[in-house]
Amino acid sequence: MAFEKYDFTPITQSIHQGLIENVSPLLTTIIEWTIIGVLYLLFIAVFGLFLVYAERKVCAAFQQRLGPMRVGPWGIIQTIADFIKLLMKELITPKSVDKFLYNLAPFIVIIVPFLTISVIPFAPGLQSLDFDIGVFFVTAVSSVGVIGVLLAGWASNNKYSLIGGMRSGAQIVSYELSVGMSLITMVILAGTMQVSEIVELQRGGWFLFKGHLPALIAFTIFVIAGTAETNRGPFDLAEAESELTAGFHTEYSGIKFAFFFLAEYINLFIVSAMATIVFLGGWMPFHFGDWAAFNNVMDFIPGLVWFFLKVFGIIFLIMWFKWTFPRLRIDQILTLEWKYLLPINLFNILLMATMVLLGWHW
Amino acid sequence: MKSFFNYIAEIFSGIWTLLTGMKITAKYFFTPWRNVTQQYPENRDTLVMYERFRGEVIMPHNENNEHKCTGCGLCENACPNGSIEIISKSIVNEEGKKKRIIDQHIYHLGMCTFCNLCVRACPSDAIVMGQKFEHAHWDRSTFTKVLNQPGSKIMEGIKE
Repeated sequence: MAFEKYDFTPITQSIHQGLIENVSPLLTTIIEWTIIGVLYLLFIAVFGLFLVYAERKVCAAFQQRLGPMRVGPWGIIQTIADFIKLLMKELITPKSVDKFLYNLAPFIVIIVPFLTISVIPFAPGLQSLDFDIGVFFVTAVSSVGVIGVLLAGWASNNKYSLIGGMRSGAQIVSYELSVGMSLITMVILAGTMQVSEIVELQRGGWFLFKGHLPALIAFTIFVIAGTAETNRGPFDLAEAESELTAGFHTEYSGIKFAFFFLAEYINLFIVSAMATIVFLGGWMPFHFGDWAAFNNVMDFIPGLVWFFLKVFGIIFLIMWFKWTFPRLRIDQILTLEWKYLLPINLFNILLMATMVLLGWHW
Repeated sequence: MKSFFNYIAEIFSGIWTLLTGMKITAKYFFTPWRNVTQQYPENRDTLVMYERFRGEVIMPHNENNEHKCTGCGLCENACPNGSIEIISKSIVNEEGKKKRIIDQHIYHLGMCTFCNLCVRACPSDAIVMGQKFEHAHWDRSTFTKVLNQPGSKIMEGIKE
C-alpha cells in the first residue's frame, strides 16, 4: 500500500496495531472511539472559539473598526474569557416552559455538527467515518438541527422564540432542498457519494474547474443555501436581533446558549468543509495543467494546510455575505428559494447530466 | 417569453447588485489603515480628533486678550436648553455714547448637548466648538465656565 506524502494512515495504523497487540479487540475499539471523541470534542471547542474570534475581527474590519483589542494582545483571549463567563452563568429555566423539550433542544442542536464532522476528511487518512453514502449522510444529518431549533422555539413558551423557530423551520426545510440538489449535481459528475472517493477523483483538477459552468452554478447555489442553512446573515431571521430579541434561543442562558452559539459556528465550518470537499478538491493541492515545477511546489504544502486554507476561504466568503447584505424578509427568503434557486438547480442538474453523458468535462 | 427573459435579467442584475455591495465592504476590509476606532487611553498623547468633533464651546482669544463677542445674546436665544447666559454691561465709549458690551459669557457645560446651534447663531464667529473632551470632574461647579477671559475686550472692527 503506497502512502503519499503527509498521509496520516501510518500514524493511525500504528496506533491501532499497538493497541490490538496489547489489549483485547473490544477494549481497542473503545479506546479508539474515546480518542476520536476527545479529538473531535477538542477540535470543535477550540475551532468554535477561534471562529467566534475570527468573526468578530472580520466583522470589525468590514465596518472599519478594530474589534476586540483589550483581552490579551489583539484580543485573542476574548472568546476564551467569554466562554468562561458563559460557563459560570446560572442555567435559568423559566417557569412556564416545557421542561423536557426545553432542556433537550440544545443537545439536539449540538449533536448535529458532531455527527457531520465525522465524514469530513481533513487530510489524507484523517477521516473517522468513510462510507459509500458520505454526502447523503451529511445532508440527512444536518437537517436534524432544525428539530432542535423548532423544539427550542416551541418549548420556550415565548412568542419571539416561537416566531424564530417557525421561521427557521420554514427556511431550513426550503434550503435543505437546494443544498441537496447542488450536491446531487456534483455527485452526478463524481459518480460516487463516498467522500474520500470524491476527493480522490479531484486529483487531476478540482470539480469546480472540471465541471466548469454547471459546477460553478452549483457552487454558487451551495454557498447561498449553505449560508441559509447555518442560519447566518443575511438569512439570520430566525434570531433577528432587531425584531425577535434573539429568536429561538431568547430564553436560554449559560452553557445551553453556548451550545446554540457553538453549533452555529461549527455548522459554518461543516458547510465550508463540504463546499471544499465537493467543489474545491478537499485536501488536494492546487495544480495547474502541466506546470511540473509549480505543481511540485504545491505538492510540498501538506494536505491539512490545503484543506484549512480552502475552508477559511469559504468561511471568509460567508462572513463577507453576513456583514454586507441586509437581512431578508421571510417571504423574500422563500421567494429566493422556490422561485429562483430551485428552478435554476433543477435546470443545472439537467445540464450537468447532459454534460456528463456527452463527456463535455475534463 | 418576455417574462422569461425578464426573469433571467433579474437574476443577473441581482447578482450584479450583490457584487457591488461586496465590492464596497471588501474595500473597507482591505484598507485597515482607514479604521476609525481609536485605542483611546493608550494613544492619548497622539490622539487627534476630527475637525467636526464637538467637545465644548470655547471663545478664542487672540494674543492681545481680545475676543470677537459683542454680547448680542443670539447664542443665548439659540440654545435649546439654556446652557448659555449672557451678562452684559453698559459702558461709555470715547465718543461719549452708551454702549452695551459683554461682561460674562457663562457657559454651563453640564447642561450642554453639543448641538452646535449657538456656534451657528453667532453673527461674529466669536464662539467655536473645541476639541477637548475629557471633562469628567469631581466638582460640579467646574462645569460652569466663563468663556471670556478676565480683562479681555472686543477686537477692533467687529460689527455691533
